[in-house]
Parts: sequence; structure tokens; C-alpha cells
Amino acid sequence: MRAIGIILAGGNNRRMGELSRNRAVCAMPVAGSYRSIDFTLSNMSNSHIQRVAVLTQYNASSLNEHLSSSKWWDFGRKQGGLYTFTPVVTAQNSNWYRGTADAIFQNLNFLKNSHEPYVVLASGDGVYKLDFNKMLAYHIEKKADITVACREMEEGANLERFGTIRMNEESRIEEFEEKPLRAKSNVISCGIYILRRRQLIEMVEKCAEEDRYDFVRDILIRYKDVRRIFGYQLRDYWRNIASVEDYYGTNMDFLKPEVRNYFFKQYPDIYSRVDDLAPAKYNVGARVRNSLISSGCIVNGLAENSVIFKKSYIGNNCCVKNSIILNDVYIGDNTCIENCIVESHSTIRADSHYVGEGGHIRIVLERNERYTM
Amino acid sequence: MVKKEMIAMLLAGGQGSRLGVLTSKVAKPAVAFGGKYRIIDFPLSNCINSGVDTVGVLTQYQPLRLNSHIGIGIPWDLDRNIGGVTVLPPYERLSSSEWYTGTANAIYQNLEYMESYRPEYVLILSGDHIYKMDYEIMLDFHKESGAEVTIAVMPVPMEEAGRFGIMTVDERNRILKFEEKPACPQSNLASMGIYIFNWKTLKRALLTMAGQPALDFGKHIIPYCHRKGTPMYAYEFTGYWKDVGTLQSYWEANMELIDIVPEFNLYEEYWKVYTKSEIQPPQYFSCDSVVERSIIGEGTDVFGKVYNSVIGCGVTIGKDTVVRDSIIMNNTQIGNQCELYKAIVAEEVRLGNHVRLGIGEEAENDTAPHIYNRGIVTVGERSVIPNGITVGKNSVIFGVTTGADYQDCALPGGKTLIKAGEQL
Repeated sequence: MRAIGIILAGGNNRRMGELSRNRAVCAMPVAGSYRSIDFTLSNMSNSHIQRVAVLTQYNASSLNEHLSSSKWWDFGRKQGGLYTFTPVVTAQNSNWYRGTADAIFQNLNFLKNSHEPYVVLASGDGVYKLDFNKMLAYHIEKKADITVACREMEEGANLERFGTIRMNEESRIEEFEEKPLRAKSNVISCGIYILRRRQLIEMVEKCAEEDRYDFVRDILIRYKDVRRIFGYQLRDYWRNIASVEDYYGTNMDFLKPEVRNYFFKQYPDIYSRVDDLAPAKYNVGARVRNSLISSGCIVNGLAENSVIFKKSYIGNNCCVKNSIILNDVYIGDNTCIENCIVESHSTIRADSHYVGEGGHIRIVLERNERYTM
Repeated sequence: MVKKEMIAMLLAGGQGSRLGVLTSKVAKPAVAFGGKYRIIDFPLSNCINSGVDTVGVLTQYQPLRLNSHIGIGIPWDLDRNIGGVTVLPPYERLSSSEWYTGTANAIYQNLEYMESYRPEYVLILSGDHIYKMDYEIMLDFHKESGAEVTIAVMPVPMEEAGRFGIMTVDERNRILKFEEKPACPQSNLASMGIYIFNWKTLKRALLTMAGQPALDFGKHIIPYCHRKGTPMYAYEFTGYWKDVGTLQSYWEANMELIDIVPEFNLYEEYWKVYTKSEIQPPQYFSCDSVVERSIIGEGTDVFGKVYNSVIGCGVTIGKDTVVRDSIIMNNTQIGNQCELYKAIVAEEVRLGNHVRLGIGEEAENDTAPHIYNRGIVTVGERSVIPNGITVGKNSVIFGVTTGADYQDCALPGGKTLIKAGEQL
């Protein structure tokens, strides 16, 4: 594909609460075996984008670890590669990334040293499948300056945390509001953009001159009347992880057969780092109902309507319901967990009780001592 | 300059005919094991875990699956700039061309490969055993004892000793006597088919014995070294080691993995077993599924009931289906309301609805009772069994079958139904 990829993976998000204390949102585990950035990375790889930069600064260690080798997404090539850019101190600059446009500006050499004519710019927290080639063909056909992937949300959905878009009949964007309190439209931006590389360089340089730092506010919204900005409608599954409820809901979506079928069985595949874990094991007393279980797990108790991530241990006589158990969690015997998200590497003592009540999802983080066998 | 202290040569060319239809289309080292693995993963993982990063894999019989599994060695970190994994098939020469006619002959035909790494030691492995072994410790033993040849041995029950190459050793473990499959064994230390040779010793022995037809380590090279008085030592191994050469032992070794704390533990952190995983999604269990005493690979969907079984990756087990004491390999689809008892179902098999395997009385297999026995039903890869078929014990099915292939929708116990591929 005649494009390079830039993944904006920098942000922290207060709505994620304790879950993002230890990791960037892009490194959040999703659907049992994946991290949220895997979806964007796989989409880029499957669209034959060869050079991809991940811009990150918040709590990046978990993300860096996940990206320690590019081979899982097939970016380990002589032509191209996967680059992780964190802010660095230089003679000209000693700032953190002050915004998305600033993050790009600070790594402008990556853009300048590429030769591909287009850039796919995407946030790293979306769960979706998208062929960027089709989006680029649309971009070219519309003679657009910028194409924004967007999606129609259900009537009455809470759009407070999205950018909303209003388009005319030929899909040109006329109005763009960032995080409106009362949305005028139920079409939202998915945070995925295509534009010419030279155009991006020019716009970002201009921004920097004027001390502006945000791609949406200072480029999209500012330029919408003078440049041709078009919306490209996504019609399949798309969700992003920006709050605890979204995170819980996205994972629970994977218990639906149509979602599993779309992501797991249909071409193309989503790739993730390979962990070399043993197959999941079910001992006497294991009961699993309507749940996803990942490799390396050992199950001795009940799991119902839950998503259990890799390498977790569920003790005898346990009862895990409507919950998300992240990687490498140890749950002692006779424990009951309901409506919870259990943070990774937690060790939960035997005979304990955690219940999220009143429709609330409780986040459980226990660092007890673990005695391994 | 390229130099490696020790390189490994992994013999993976054998058919393994006693695994019946499981090896009709793939070499034995490429047969699935333990849900997501293939047999060759165990020696390959041992190599990288022992710090041996140069491995030549000798292939001959049905190498396609093996080649695509090994690739450039990424899963085992054997994709190296220098060394790494190299697949070595037999090749044509100016003056002659021959297949690998024996284990040692295969190594002999690849003298140039070994020479190019200028090794001190060469480790000879076979690709058909399940075990975890640190070859570095064996190498230390080899150096300390002053051996030129070290043979890994393990004690076996005296009554079985006649099936193995048996060593008699002195108190320092120096080998005094070596007998291949002796009628009346004098010791119970059996060769595991794992050897460390000083490169010079190996090269000399191979060149001297090159003319011997079907040149074999156990039959020719070891006796030759013994005759020459080469210092040979036995390295005693006491961990888990399993030869999965027969359907019975293959089935047993798989079943041992589902014990609460299996003797062969795949969950250990410090000695991981690596494999190529193409399927990554988690497993799904429906509301009315049951699973107990089983291990299950990635991406498998269970709508039925699974007891005491080893299930691979990407398998679908239909609603109200019961799978008991069985091995199901990758990407097999099983319909609804089936019953499977003590079945080995190879990869990419399609079973319709209401298919019943392993029903009725024991009956001796009509074509190969030494292979298909103990009540195991075997279904070869890519086979299709249509709706409503009942299959008896000790039977074999291989190929795309239709209703017309069965009488009264049944295959009685002990019958063989092979429609595709080469008969074993």
C-alpha cells in the first residue's frame, strides 16, 4: 500500500480509572488473547502498510513490552518496520507530547524520510476491522484532503466523549464538534484518518509555529471549511475503549457468536504477540458456561458469562460470573466474583467475596502473596 | 568466522508406520500432540532451551507439513543470522543420488552442512520422542568424562529391554557393551537415540563406514566406535521420556497430560515448549457445555460435553455431542449429537451429526491388528464422515466417505475404510 501508518497510542484516560494506572489504554487486554492496539496493527498489516510508527508516552512499559518484536504483525522486514516513538529531549525540544499534532511534529523526520504518498493516522484503542486500501480508494475518488472514518451511533447513545460529525449529501464534513455536551448529530469520528503525507507535514508544521498542538481541534475543525474533509462510513463492528463501561461491554460483546465469528473466523485475522502458553486445562469440578477462556488457564471452578484472559488460575469451588479476569490472575478456592474486572497479576485469597453491585462494575486489584506450586 | 561449539542434527525423516493413518500424509515428527503441539516441538524446544541454536532437520518422508511448521524457525527463536534451523532433504549429486537409507547415512550425506559450522561436538536427536532434557548438562557430562561418544540412556523395565539398544556400563558409566535389541539383555539401560559425538570422531566413523548399506547409528556406527575402543559413556536420564511410536503409547502419553499435576508438565515457566500457533483467539464454551479433565487449545468452540480428552486448536464440538477419552486434533469440526469414545481424530476432519465412534464390542482389526488395537478408533486427516454413521472399536477411517460406503449406516468394529491417500 502506498501509505505509512501512525498509531496514536499516547493517551491516558481518566475514565478508565484504576485500569489505566498500570498501562496505556492501547495496551489494555481485549477479548481474551489480544491487546487493543493489535486491532489497528493487524488492520495496517493486512492492508499491506509496511512502515508503522507508534507514538506513545503515558505509562508505555506494558505497551513497549507488547511491541518488543514486530514479527507478530509481520512488520519485521528490510523494507519498513515497526517504530515506537516516545518523547525525547533534543537541542530544540524538551517537552512531552503536548497533543496529537505535537506528537507528530516531534517525530516529523519519520514522515519526511518516508516516500509513500499517504499517511494512515489512527488511534490505538479501537476494536474493529478495516481495509485501509478501500478507505484510500474512497479518499482518492472524493479528491479529499482528509478522510475521516466515522460511524453512525444508535439514537440516544451517549456521545459526550466522541467527536461528532455532520456531513452533506456527498459526505463532505460540514460540522465537527469535539466532545459536545449535546450532540447535533449521531455520527461520530472513529479517530482514523487518511491524508497526503506532504499535507500532514505542512499542516503540523503550521500548527507548531502557532503553538497549537491538537490534531482534531487545530487541524480538522480549523480547516474544515477551507479543505475538503470527507467522512468514510464504517458499517461493521467498531468500538473503542475509553471508559470502564466500554471496556467491559467490548469484552462482553465477544461472547456473542456474530462478533466472535466476525473477528475470529472471517478473513483477515487479527494477530497478537505469541506467548507460548500451554493449552487451557479443565480439572474435575470445572464448569464453564457462555465464557471465553484463553490459553494457559487452569480452571477448577465455575465460570459463567465471563471472559478469562491468559494464564489465569481459578481454584476449586470458585464462582466467577459476569466478570472479566485479566492475565495471570490467581483466584484461591471458594471465592466468589461477580460483576467485576480483576486486574492482571492479582492474587485473590481463598474464601473471599467480590461483587459489583447496583449495575456497577467493580475493579478488583489485590496484590496478596502467591504461593505457586 | 563461523564457529559453533555444538550443533544438533535432528532426524525427522521417518514415517512412523505404527501410527497408522496418522502418518499417511505427514511425517511422524509433524503429528499433533498435546492439543496444540507437534511431536518435533519437544526436541526443537529442548535445543533452544539448552542453548543449541544451530539445528539441521533431516527430512525425507512427507515433508510438507513439517517444512511449513518449521518455516525459518521463528517460534523457537531459531531464526538466526548465523546458524538457526535448516531443513535438510536428500539431494542429487553429480555422481549419484540416493535417499537417506539409514539414520547415520542421512547424517553422512550432510557432512558439508556440519563442516560449515566447524563444531566441536555434534548432537544427534530423533524427532519422535516426548521429553524435556537439557542437552547442555549432557554436554558437560560428555566433557568431564572424557568421552568421545556419549549416549543418553534411561532405565526401562527388564522385560521391555529387548525392544531397545541396551548398554552395559561400569561404575563410571563407561559403556562396556552395546547390544541392539538383545534376546537376553544384561542390563536395563536403554539408548534414547540421543548422542553427543566429538565431531572428529563422528566424521571419521561416517567416512570409514560410508559404504555400509542402510548405515544406522545403533546397528553400525556405535558398534564400530565400540570396536575401535573409542571412549563411550552413558548419560543416565531419569526424567519423563516417552516414545510415542504406537497408537497405544501415543494415546496414553496424551492422556497423561490431563492428570492434575502431570508427570510431564507443560505449565512450567522455566522450560517452555514452543510451537507455531496460527490460531490465537480464546476458547468459547456455550451455556450448556460441560468440560472436565481435559486440555483444550486456542480458538476451539465447545457446545457439547468433553470428558478426559485432549482437544487441539480451532476445533468445533457440536451441541449435545459427547467426547470421552479422545484426542481431537486441530481444525476438526464435529457435528451435533455425536458420541466419541476413545477416538483419535486427526486434523481437519468433518464429522456430521449423530456420528458415533467407538461403539460396541472389541473386535480385532482386519488389516493391521498390530497397529489398531485396544479399542481405539482412528480417523485420518481431512476425512469426512456423513450424518448418522456408527463406527465400532479398533476401526480406521481415512478419506472422504459418503453414506454409500457404509452398510446400514455402520462400520463394524475392526474394519478398515480407506478411500484416499496411500494405504499404510
